[in-house]
Amino acid sequence: MNNGGAKRMNGAGEEDDDEDYVNGDLDAWERTYTDERSWESLQEDESGLLRPIDNKALYHSQYRRRLRSLSSTATAARIQKGLIRYLYIVIDLSRAASETDFRPSRIVVIAKHVEAFIREFFDQNPLSQVGLLTIKDGVAQCLTDLGGSPESHIKALMNKLECSGDSSLQNALDLVDGYLNQIPSYGHREVLILYSALSTCDPGDIMETIQKCKKSKIRCSVIGLAAEMFICKHLCQETGGTYSVALDESHFKELILEHAPPPPAIAEFATANLIKMGFPQRAAEGSISICSCHKEAKVGAGYACPRCKARVCELPTECRICGLTLVSSPHLARSYHHLFPIAPFDEVPPSNLNDPNHKLQRNCFGCQQSLLNPGNKPGLLVVCPKCKRYFCLDCDIYIHESLHNCPGCDSFRHSKAD
Amino acid sequence: MASAPSKLYADDVSLVVVLVDTNPFFWRASSLSFSQFLSHVLAFLNAILTLNQLNQVVVIATGYNSCNYIFDSSSDLNQSFENGRMPVMCSSLLQKLEEFLIKDEQLSKEVPEGRIKSSLLSGSLSMALCYIQRVFRSGALHPHPRILCLQGSPDGPEQYVAIMNAIFSAQRSMVPIDSCYMGAQNSAFLQQASYITGGVHHKPQHLDGLFQYLMTIFATDLHSRSFLHLPKPVGVDFRASCFCHKNTIDMGYICSVCLSIFCKHHKKCSTCGSVFGQAQSEAASASDKKRKTPET
Repeated sequence: MNNGGAKRMNGAGEEDDDEDYVNGDLDAWERTYTDERSWESLQEDESGLLRPIDNKALYHSQYRRRLRSLSSTATAARIQKGLIRYLYIVIDLSRAASETDFRPSRIVVIAKHVEAFIREFFDQNPLSQVGLLTIKDGVAQCLTDLGGSPESHIKALMNKLECSGDSSLQNALDLVDGYLNQIPSYGHREVLILYSALSTCDPGDIMETIQKCKKSKIRCSVIGLAAEMFICKHLCQETGGTYSVALDESHFKELILEHAPPPPAIAEFATANLIKMGFPQRAAEGSISICSCHKEAKVGAGYACPRCKARVCELPTECRICGLTLVSSPHLARSYHHLFPIAPFDEVPPSNLNDPNHKLQRNCFGCQQSLLNPGNKPGLLVVCPKCKRYFCLDCDIYIHESLHNCPGCDSFRHSKAD
Repeated sequence: MASAPSKLYADDVSLVVVLVDTNPFFWRASSLSFSQFLSHVLAFLNAILTLNQLNQVVVIATGYNSCNYIFDSSSDLNQSFENGRMPVMCSSLLQKLEEFLIKDEQLSKEVPEGRIKSSLLSGSLSMALCYIQRVFRSGALHPHPRILCLQGSPDGPEQYVAIMNAIFSAQRSMVPIDSCYMGAQNSAFLQQASYITGGVHHKPQHLDGLFQYLMTIFATDLHSRSFLHLPKPVGVDFRASCFCHKNTIDMGYICSVCLSIFCKHHKKCSTCGSVFGQAQSEAASASDKKRKTPET
């Protein structure tokens, strides 16, 4: 399926093919300016003087839009999230991935951001597993198996990834379907396809494969690097995933990191089950034992499986001798903030700030930064709907992205009466 | 939001955010009186400020009903040196502390007997982390921040999720949480906090010598800690407690939907209401889930 759409450039409306011809004649120093036209983002005020760019308010409003779209229904309805995820990342290694419109080439950018994504993924989903697949020369191959530790995947990404041939969406989906049918029924099955090509060469009817994936309850998401394709959109719509196309490298990073937090789970997709897990204790300092992962004698600093007493080096892992999943309580606690999310803060309308009856806090409750702009005019601020305390924009972003606790609600045992 | 320590600033400049436990239920029953404790802490804070001209100290009080900022050494009000006196001397800090304690007591409502009288550690930890983020934002030149918890109250199980969130956020920003526990039992939360974030945890044997413990263990900056022999974590217990009996268990069953921990096989999850072994037909009911560790 060929789709000859042009890739949209950041801020400019130029044709793609013009750029390719022009690039060849440019000097190296000129090529850095072909994509980024930073002078276009400057603005002038009425008298013709340059206006300083207010990035902070812009950034904050973008952030709030994103947060609102992500959590509009979630906090209201307490939508269930799939916390135990089995995710396959499919990397397209066709010749389209060696294009240089992402510097230095698409595949290098993809490898870099997939590594960052894997670390973030295991940080937010410690009980989940990831596997890597590649599509090259029309054939899908497994790069790494499903595993719960980031190191093996990152090592595989560090190797040089050669790009050649065509890309085949159907072969990738068939392979993923085969692998994901073997996982336990309580796990959520997901695929993230990083697609650079504009076509797919399939041996059969891809619509059948899509229906098969839908029946196997696999949630497929695609991030395109070239242009929007109907087949990818159809695949994502059928299976309940998300489809997005990256405009440039920073946008790609944003899109891929959006897949790190657990997506809303469709309840029928995974059965609820009680999973038997072990909580090993740290071995005593100075004890010597043979560890089951490295097969050599080690001193101290390890964990003993509570069922078979084999030594493992790090958690979370699966005991190699008896197969028990071993975790520590902080690993489970890492996922609790998905279950108890905090409500987004509300923006304070400017009319409230000038109201003399309204007693305004002078400082942000979290960081004690002054909320007043120079000249005693109130700046931009947000308020927690539960405890009614004011926070500055930066604290708002930090609280919702990293901390997941409202300092105001946690600092008062009994809620504010007024 | 990770922030690597800046190499442009001298290695040994630190910002210490001290969380002081002012829970009256604990101090009433403690062998060390609150005023003696304050004299140790004030001397310690002054010592930190003399170790390096650019060191900063922030004090946040962890009360029973509320938390608030008490002192900030970098604010303009505290910069004056009168007759060679130490900056962190009585006046402003003690005055604000007294105001805080009066207000905290006024917020008290009827407390049912038998409840664990814990202080609001999660609130002051969250405030400390927000302040530290502000320091990171202030530019490339900033001191290395760390948090020191002077805690005596027992752990409040209802704060478990909030404290773990704060610990993980501190770990990502590379902010160590040191803790000095002065209570009778052990504090599992503080042990875990110091272990996960790379800080030091210590429970002093003799509280009359508290100043000595603070100076030898908690006063050194992060860079110099690699040259010192500080108390190592012994026996940090990472085992979980089951939600049904609150016993610590070695092996248990986890609900795949809400990650609640049970010691025995159940037919239904008491937290989220999922029935095990069959596909669910509706989303989890919101009524069971409250923002604390589920206590049945």
